[in-house]
Amino acid sequence: MNVTKLLSGIATLALMAGSAAAEEVRVYNWSDYIDEELLTQFEEETGIDLIYDVFDSNEILETKLLSGGSGYDVVVPSATFLQRQISAGAFQPLDLAQLPNHDNLWDVVQGRTDQYDPGGAYSVNYMWGTTGIGFNIGKVTEILGEDAPFDSWDLVFDPANMEKLAECGVHFLDAPTEMIPAALNYIGEDPDSHDPEVIAKAEAVFDAVRPYVQKFNSSEYINALANGDICVAVGWSGDVFLAQFRAAEAENGHEIDYAIPSEGAQMWFDQMAIPADAPNPEAAHTFINFILDAENAAAATNYVWYASGNGAAQAFIDPEILDYPAVYPDEATLENLFTTTPYDARVQRDVTRLWTRIKSGQ
Amino acid sequence: MTWRGRLLIAVPYVWLLVLFLVPFGIVLKISLSDIALAIPPYTPTMKDGLWAMLSGLDFENYAFIGAGAVVAGFAGLILCIAMYRIVFPRIRRAMLPDTATTVFDTAAAALTALAVAIVNVAVVVAVLAFVLPALSDFVDVPDFLYFAAYLSSLKIAAISTFLTLLIGYPVAYGMARAAQHWRPTLLMLVILPFWTSFLIRVYAWIGILSTEGYLNQLLLSLGVISAPLSILNTPVAVYIGIVYTYLPFMVLPIYAALEKMDDSLVEAAEDLGCTALSAFWLVTAPLSKPGVIAGCFLVFIPTLGEFVIPSLLGGSDTLMIGKVLWEEFFNNRDWPVASAVAVILLMILIIPIVLFQRNEQKQRELDG
Repeated sequence: MNVTKLLSGIATLALMAGSAAAEEVRVYNWSDYIDEELLTQFEEETGIDLIYDVFDSNEILETKLLSGGSGYDVVVPSATFLQRQISAGAFQPLDLAQLPNHDNLWDVVQGRTDQYDPGGAYSVNYMWGTTGIGFNIGKVTEILGEDAPFDSWDLVFDPANMEKLAECGVHFLDAPTEMIPAALNYIGEDPDSHDPEVIAKAEAVFDAVRPYVQKFNSSEYINALANGDICVAVGWSGDVFLAQFRAAEAENGHEIDYAIPSEGAQMWFDQMAIPADAPNPEAAHTFINFILDAENAAAATNYVWYASGNGAAQAFIDPEILDYPAVYPDEATLENLFTTTPYDARVQRDVTRLWTRIKSGQ
Repeated sequence: MTWRGRLLIAVPYVWLLVLFLVPFGIVLKISLSDIALAIPPYTPTMKDGLWAMLSGLDFENYAFIGAGAVVAGFAGLILCIAMYRIVFPRIRRAMLPDTATTVFDTAAAALTALAVAIVNVAVVVAVLAFVLPALSDFVDVPDFLYFAAYLSSLKIAAISTFLTLLIGYPVAYGMARAAQHWRPTLLMLVILPFWTSFLIRVYAWIGILSTEGYLNQLLLSLGVISAPLSILNTPVAVYIGIVYTYLPFMVLPIYAALEKMDDSLVEAAEDLGCTALSAFWLVTAPLSKPGVIAGCFLVFIPTLGEFVIPSLLGGSDTLMIGKVLWEEFFNNRDWPVASAVAVILLMILIIPIVLFQRNEQKQRELDG
């Protein structure tokens, strides 16, 4: 083969690769966070190849985003992280002209996410939820008796309870920005405090119960709860419902439930956004618009049991979910829920360092 | 050697050097930078200009992770080895001028170790008492998490290596003593696990070791235990995972050493009045020593930086430097500190790697 032929061959290959890339959209979302039938449906409706990857911590997503060149077109950080990443220049503004379904968004949620992303310039809400406690009713009752404090942070922050629960296994989320506010709220401090001295007070709460925590992890607790390997987990609402569903499906006799503790819990918002260096922003808009469709958003919520940021979707969401206060909290519970804002770099380092010390006991 | 010959071998050497030095240089540079909320998440970068970048570098992260303590420990270890090498021959010569026997070797070694230990304890006490308080005015109070993590990794790696040797040696011995036509099959069985992904094999252990896992179900149904054991997410699970994963690395070099051993040596020892056991200690064990040393290093070195096994099987109190490094990078998103941890880890690994190289070289000369 002569050189010209070889070169033209390479050029053709490169062109083919280029055109193939144009038909592709890469989405990076939380694990166990969508009805997978929606993914096939998206490919069928739009003809765009969908590559769908998952993560289980905001920190991992941020590491990838801030390295640059993550290769993803749509990512779904929580709102507090989104705010940091916007200021680092990680996202491109949304083009509303490409999002005809944008009007479906629920103004109540939009009002709350405005503090992170003013005017929703960079992101739209995918789902939102609370960070509370998931538990195995049978096992916990067996250990703590009928009057176990299911609806209180006492269940996991009171050493007397935790000492007994340790034998059936307790997992905590490996998410400092959710666990530390929960502990601060428990001892009556401002959960959104950015004062290192106040934040340091959370350490005592965790030190008292850490010996009884089997693991700090943000995704393994779903299966561990469902299999009965653990009996209590501090976790995200929908994840616990997923464990409940899996246990029921396996018919293994484990009855799982979720509670928003009465002392209050953190409310968080997961926002779909497009990285500044997304290879295919057009397809990214197509994907976001597809998810914003009322029926599609409802299908996702009906599957994962997280509340949708989509107002129009409520017409298609199972009434069972809409009326379930652990998913769609009633007015009274809503008042007890708090939100947090991101730390600056110096406080962030203190927080993460505090977290490492808490987790390792060092 | 002709210049063409040199040129020929220069190519792979330059290639190796570049492959090692360039990434290391980048990591070293990041370790001297500061954390920032930007892309990339540290400052200064080349965008600021070369001179501004170089002048913006500092050793703050090393002070933060208490690198001083780690480097001091590292220097202490080198001091120990050096002292041992200098003192040992002298003591032995003083005790018995011309001949060397095992008994005197052991006694001399014990005396040397004692002397070295006394000197080192004195040095450590002196450092703790006088040097550290004086220094603490000048540097940040070091964070002993990292020092503890390095120490704990060393401990876990040493214990795992010992356990792997304990299990691996009999396996290798059995293989080498098996009938000739069986050996390829047995060798295959040792290598077979490599056909599945390492990650899947470690995941399988979660299913075996968990509270409601196969092991507990089996033991409960046999009536050996009455309540399920909690093994998963404890250090025991980490040891099981490491020993299982690295066993082939121990078995193969020992098998290689034992397989080429001349059986008639053992027969001769027995003819000369050795029992089977003493023949093993006097003939087989020394001849397999190079294989044992190679196997130990092949297990020890990767275990020291192991991350996957402790994070999947270990609990929140399993402290290993590989896991700390990962957390520093992905959870704390603090690239500069993560890089500093990695640079120090590399420095610590140099010792066993150099020792391993020397063992290999000696072996080659013997085989020569």
